[in-house]
Amino acid sequence: MFLIHCPYCEEHREEEEFHAAGQAHMPRPLDPDSLSDEQWANWLYYRKNPRGEHRELWVHAAGCGKYFNVLRNTQTYEIYATYKSGEMLEMSGPTTVTATGSVLNFSKAHASSQTDRKPGKSS
Amino acid sequence: MTQAQLKIQQRNRLTTGGRINREKPLMFTFAGRRLMGYEGDTVASALLANGVDIVGRSFKYGRPRGIMTAGVEEPNAVLQIGGTKGTTIPNVKATEQMLYNKLACRPVNGWPSAEFDLMGVFGRIGGELMTPGFYYKTFMWPKSQWETYEKFIRKAAGLGNSPEVPDVDLYDHMNRHADVLVVGAGPAGLTAALSAARSGSRVLIADEQHEFGGSLLFSNETIDGKPAMQWVMGVVEELRANPRVTMLDHATVNGYHDHNFLTISERCTDYLGDHAPRGKVRHRMHKVRAGSVVLATGAHERPLVFANNDIPGCMVASSVSHYINRFAVVPGERLVVMTCNDGGYQCALDWHDAGRTVVAIVDSRKAPDGTSVEQAAERGIKVITGSAVIEAQGKKRVHAALVTPVNAAASFVTGDCQYLYCDTIASSGGWSPAVHLSCHTGSRPVWSQEVLGFVPGLTTEQRWTAGVLTGKVSLSDVLSDGITAGTDAANAAGFTGASGYVAPSVSTDNQVVCDAQEMYLLPHTKPSSRAPKQFVDMQNDVTAAGIEMSTREGFESIEHVKRYTALGFGTDQGKTGNINGMAIVAKALGKTIEQTGTTVFRPNYTPVSFGVVAGAHTRELFDPQRFTAMHEWHLKAGAEFESVGQWMRPWYYPQGEETMQEAIAREQLAVRASVGFLDASTLGKIDIQGKDAREFLGRVYTNAWAKLKPGFCRYGLMCGEDGMVMDDGVTACLAENHFHMTTTSGGAARVMSWLEIYHQTEWPEMEVFFNSVTDHWATIAIAGPNARKLLEKLTDADVSAENFKFMQWIDATVAGVPARVFRISFTGDLSFEVNVASHYALAVLEALVEAGKEFNLTPYGTETMHVLRAEKGFIIVGQDTDGSMTPHDINHGWAVVDSKPFSYLGKRGMNRADCLRSDRKQLVGLMTTNPQVTLPEGAQAVRNPNEAIPMTMVGHVTSSYHSAFLGRTIAMGVIKDGLNRMGEKVYFPLRDGTTVEAVICSTVFLDPDGARQKV
Repeated sequence: MFLIHCPYCEEHREEEEFHAAGQAHMPRPLDPDSLSDEQWANWLYYRKNPRGEHRELWVHAAGCGKYFNVLRNTQTYEIYATYKSGEMLEMSGPTTVTATGSVLNFSKAHASSQTDRKPGKSS
Repeated sequence: MTQAQLKIQQRNRLTTGGRINREKPLMFTFAGRRLMGYEGDTVASALLANGVDIVGRSFKYGRPRGIMTAGVEEPNAVLQIGGTKGTTIPNVKATEQMLYNKLACRPVNGWPSAEFDLMGVFGRIGGELMTPGFYYKTFMWPKSQWETYEKFIRKAAGLGNSPEVPDVDLYDHMNRHADVLVVGAGPAGLTAALSAARSGSRVLIADEQHEFGGSLLFSNETIDGKPAMQWVMGVVEELRANPRVTMLDHATVNGYHDHNFLTISERCTDYLGDHAPRGKVRHRMHKVRAGSVVLATGAHERPLVFANNDIPGCMVASSVSHYINRFAVVPGERLVVMTCNDGGYQCALDWHDAGRTVVAIVDSRKAPDGTSVEQAAERGIKVITGSAVIEAQGKKRVHAALVTPVNAAASFVTGDCQYLYCDTIASSGGWSPAVHLSCHTGSRPVWSQEVLGFVPGLTTEQRWTAGVLTGKVSLSDVLSDGITAGTDAANAAGFTGASGYVAPSVSTDNQVVCDAQEMYLLPHTKPSSRAPKQFVDMQNDVTAAGIEMSTREGFESIEHVKRYTALGFGTDQGKTGNINGMAIVAKALGKTIEQTGTTVFRPNYTPVSFGVVAGAHTRELFDPQRFTAMHEWHLKAGAEFESVGQWMRPWYYPQGEETMQEAIAREQLAVRASVGFLDASTLGKIDIQGKDAREFLGRVYTNAWAKLKPGFCRYGLMCGEDGMVMDDGVTACLAENHFHMTTTSGGAARVMSWLEIYHQTEWPEMEVFFNSVTDHWATIAIAGPNARKLLEKLTDADVSAENFKFMQWIDATVAGVPARVFRISFTGDLSFEVNVASHYALAVLEALVEAGKEFNLTPYGTETMHVLRAEKGFIIVGQDTDGSMTPHDINHGWAVVDSKPFSYLGKRGMNRADCLRSDRKQLVGLMTTNPQVTLPEGAQAVRNPNEAIPMTMVGHVTSSYHSAFLGRTIAMGVIKDGLNRMGEKVYFPLRDGTTVEAVICSTVFLDPDGARQKV
């Protein structure tokens, strides 16, 4: 049972208030019609399943209802950071393992000017 | 029998000492025998006091088994406890269960009884049939033999009986928060809790025992010059006086989950009786989120493995001390101790001091010395060094130990046997730290050659370990270790004040310790495969020979050996046997224990009741039920209900003695002939507002929304990105930037989060807001040729055919209440869906029913709704679709507009090459040649009924009913290339051997031009 910090509510809450919604930072292609079947399938079906650091989309389903990003370790289940949808978190060094657990070096959670998604095409 | 006689029966009870209350005798029965114990006894100590040797029969061989330990690691003494069918519990460990008055218990196995067991005979004659991997082997080959074995196995296997009636007791869950959670209230746990509490932190300390104290409950040591338990009482008093400290006894910390979330199973009233006192909770699950955790879980003493080491009277050394010192019970007359370390000496000293005979201490070490050895010598106890008990002899109780000299490594026998006549053999192979909880979150334990056991490994959790768990041996080390851990844990939780707590002095401070010898399996004059059985796991009858055989058969991974031999699979989870088993595997493979490793430790540490897992979430609280605002009316009308997700929906409304078929036929005909109504409140409803609402609809629906004017409604299909139909419903344009979307009853929540995730993560720049209004609006669908006449009686609004057209909606006052009326139809007849605020619904319905009397207004349920919609070929997403069908597959191409500028959700997916194949399964109507035969839903279609099995299946039935109005059966189904095969026959071979013939036709069975709904 995780204890998850909701970046919108700015509180740690129990995992039972949240749902996982898959790998984070998988922006919908801007022009799906121009993609080959293979390219489309790659976006639609293929996801990473790493042992270690992973970024996931979660939703505070029984709370504020907001989707946000979680940077966590799929092996140790540590949550290194959570950050809002549309933000990016920069890694600034390798993971180090200490006696009480691993420490991930990243620049403090902040809204990066560089986001990984671009505005959708509006008609 | 009088009480005095019962007292005399306790032949192993000492007249003084122990933490029992001789003033409070407790009566109980074991397998029907009346016995007596005292308050403070466990069932095990009471049974031993009464000289009960056999408490069960072994699982595979049916051998008699006695009590072996005094704690949760007990493999043999598992009993069925409880006096009635509703309170009986299987597989309770006698060593864990406190005795209460009138307790009734019996062995969980043994047929016809534990004293005389036929399986014991089978075990002797047929034992060779049941080699390791027996189950695998017999399942595999010979197949035909399984039925023969099974009869015996069923009778022999399985432990205990499940309760047959509902549990009479209450169980619950409680959330807790602590700065420091201390697990275990032995010496290390107590000093950890005290130092953490003194630093000001909120402390929760839990212990599985009836009393705090852990190993001090049966220790002879003194702390600060006082008997150990007196010191414990002082600590407990201080903790109890601190309002920031919570203490739980009878409470086993069973699971250590991520981020310091721990579950504690508290057996609140199990020591009081076979059910909880009125109004009390029997078991409670504490769900704890802790800042820091201190594990002080102690260790389990390992028995040594020797031949016939399962005969009643073979015990673990420390448990003998436990029974003598805590319960004033000496479990025998003549003791032989087998040890490879100093720890084993203590039980001989305690036995001797209790006034009974210690025949000898057999020590595998060549020249042991130190305090323990001196203490034995002072008492004149014979110590046989450089030797081992290689075999126990006896049938229902040990009567002799076979002792031989062994080589330095104690790996083979070097001399002649001598018989030591005794009734008890206590063995000590060293201590295995109880690392279980430390491993639950994925940390692997580490082998320590110094400790000769696994100790906790690194973790990412904020947790500390203390005491014997870390391999500490001396009491003073344990006490100060607890202080350090408690202080550090409090510090990490933000309480940095020093506790100023200094470790107390201990009587054993100057004890000289002799090094232990590494020892698991003792040698025998014969090899393991020829020697009498040397048991490793008592509960599953796993022997050293069996483990060695499994390695010869190629099982090298400890996880595979475990599964092949069933080592550690019992209710004791191998707490006494696993390390011995791993050592035997390691030796057989020529590896070290470190290389062999352990199996994975998973929650729960000890078995928990189903009751405590469920808590209060039973019966009506198991899953929430949702009722519409008109539920009361349906109840009065005598409706039968159907669960649709969490909703309880009227299924049909039987009148008098009507059967379901009669009722739904009547309902169908009433709607088609005059008018009926349906409670459609469960439809999902989402209120959508914002300047980009219209564009948003265009992106999530497959059809066009740009031109839908206020006052109009439109049907929409929603697809996943894979192009498969996900939901459907009618959306009304309330105003230019305001829409009312409806979804399927089951899909409401899914659609809502679908809209949200796209808005929040893909198109956050769009100005649109979604609100679930499912519960805010109640919906009554009025359908039938007289629907307009009925509605006109309740409203002044103009609902004429000219001014209120099909697929329009109006604001109107209905039965004096503001309403939104949608002229849409799911029956094919003239139909209005009246939406009113939920709290008005019942009143509006009552007015409607009153007004409807002259039209024979008939309530209809979901079953009739299904038939009526099927007559018109209207689909139900989830019944006629299954997540693998595009809009084109279900012949809904008319609801797909590919010319929209934005590539709507599902467009790319449904245009994949595979989705464009013409021979996909397509939704069509199916008309059986015999009009009275109803196709079973799910029946598989073939084109050639005479094809040999396996036949080529070309589709299946999705919906099938008897239509009362059409006087025949109708069905829909998906058939490969079905849309191009209208008029062709398909066949449905059924399970009963018959084959149903049907013709592929249009899905619209009634009124294909829509004349009925456009009146």
